[in-house]
Amino acid sequence: MEINAKAFKYGDDINTDYIISGKYKFKSNDMEAMAVHAMEELDPEYFNKVKPNGGFLVAGTNFGMGSSREQAPLVLIHSNTKAVLAKTFARIFYRNAINTGLPVVECDTDLIDEGDELSLDLAGGVLRNVTKGIDIAIKPLPPVMAQLLADGGLVEHFKKHGGFAL
Amino acid sequence: MIPLAGKTIAEKIFSAHSGTDAHAGDIVVADVDFVMGQDGTSPLAIRALANMGVTEVFDPKKVALVMDHSSPSPIEGVSALHTIMREFGKSTGATIYDVGEGVCHQLIPEKGHVVPGDLMVGCDSHTCTYGALNVFSTGVGSTDGAAAMASGKLWFKVPESIKVTYTGALEPGVYSKDLILHLAGEMGADGATYEALEFHGPVIDELSVEGRMTISNMAIELGAKAGLMKADAKTLAWFEGRGEKTPNPQDPDADAIYERELTFDASTIGPQIAKPHAVDNVSPIEEVEGTPIAEGVLGTCTNGRLEDFAIAASILRGRKVHPDVRFIVAPASRQILLDAIEAGYIQTLVEAGAALVTPGCGPCVGTHNGVPSDGENVISTANRNFKGRMGNSNSFIYLGSPATVAASVIEAKITDPRKYFG
Repeated sequence: MEINAKAFKYGDDINTDYIISGKYKFKSNDMEAMAVHAMEELDPEYFNKVKPNGGFLVAGTNFGMGSSREQAPLVLIHSNTKAVLAKTFARIFYRNAINTGLPVVECDTDLIDEGDELSLDLAGGVLRNVTKGIDIAIKPLPPVMAQLLADGGLVEHFKKHGGFAL
Repeated sequence: MIPLAGKTIAEKIFSAHSGTDAHAGDIVVADVDFVMGQDGTSPLAIRALANMGVTEVFDPKKVALVMDHSSPSPIEGVSALHTIMREFGKSTGATIYDVGEGVCHQLIPEKGHVVPGDLMVGCDSHTCTYGALNVFSTGVGSTDGAAAMASGKLWFKVPESIKVTYTGALEPGVYSKDLILHLAGEMGADGATYEALEFHGPVIDELSVEGRMTISNMAIELGAKAGLMKADAKTLAWFEGRGEKTPNPQDPDADAIYERELTFDASTIGPQIAKPHAVDNVSPIEEVEGTPIAEGVLGTCTNGRLEDFAIAASILRGRKVHPDVRFIVAPASRQILLDAIEAGYIQTLVEAGAALVTPGCGPCVGTHNGVPSDGENVISTANRNFKGRMGNSNSFIYLGSPATVAASVIEAKITDPRKYFG
């Protein structure tokens, strides 16, 4: 499936407190309501920018560092973020994203500017910067994570196999 | 066949728990000895279990949920989440640590739920704390936590290890917190991503078990999956009387292969401060001395233990917290509160002007117990100083040792604690 949307670009070391602040995440289990605060510390307009037409969150190194909160990928999903593209990801966020079904893509994000139109074909492993007219190489998912994603995430994997079948 | 080289602590624990000859880079499905969640993550794990169609945990004795981050509840939303946790405890038999018991990362080892050589996961990034106790413990999200609660297993990539050795000796007034802040400054917030840190050397050997836990607690601030240490006589003595499990210490082999080896002379490291708004934005205290502060925090899973209270009390005995400063103290567990009362530390701190709050996470994560005001600076013994972390994006958090916090609340400015150890 091809995903087409605009790039919204941020910097390095974006932590999960910035993706969803502790002052919100402890209040509720309602991700839809919490999503309006997604990325609020860095960009209070993030939700309003991304929600109507969807978007790619583009970042530098170590995206998702810090806390283990799974609310981080969940509020991005509920804000209509189609995928996160970054040079590198922090470990726990990367697992949480795959487990919850938020596509995460490692690539050279220097080739993407704010507002660029991007086209991502996850299955085919192709990321195209339509605005710049270039293809960007993406690092394939580790096989174990590709299998989880193919099953529809960890919950679906468990339902299908009754436990880990990796 | 050429024999493979020796193993790191991480490789040994993963070998023992996966039934394989595990080496760095291998993907293994391993048995976990314990699974933990806290009040910010357990409700999503409980939802994930329900979505999996699972109504029981693999072993109720090996699962615990802790109400610590926002406890006692400050608002109805949190109260509802706490109710979900209590009901899960009743229906599955999992242990519930309710309001007032303390921080998960103190309770899990304090109650003997893990012992040296164990593998455990917790739905909280600072689960790496028990690496100091020779437990491979690491933070996971709620869905991974749910999978582990359901099956007693989780998949892992066996990490490469970085060996960090401290030589020399700590100067009086300098603590393990200063060592790990210094390392965060040296390695950066992604300096150890996907890897395990393994700490060695005479300085680590000299530290108390509590002091070691401060170091392992902050391994995640460098991106590490774990911060491991050997179990020595002190570690084993610490576990005496804490439950029925038998420790199975895992020492690294002499010919273990490390991705990198770093050595620091601790004698050259003074008090360190992490400045706003990043844990790796570290400088020697001399560079920020005199910065005005409005709030001080002693506590959290990093520095809320008895030794930390002893250090702060030794500085504040017979002195007063500056009238322009709020000094909030939160013991990491009920047991630590009781021990600190018995030792007289609580009396000393409260007489000096401290505000004592419920054992738990205190104001660290911005949900309650002391949200700073606009423009205010905070000096805290916690492990994170991200913008907005304590509930106000317009405040500024500095991190330091318990001694640095105690010295600073007396003068309402960041103060080098070594003046009290001259």
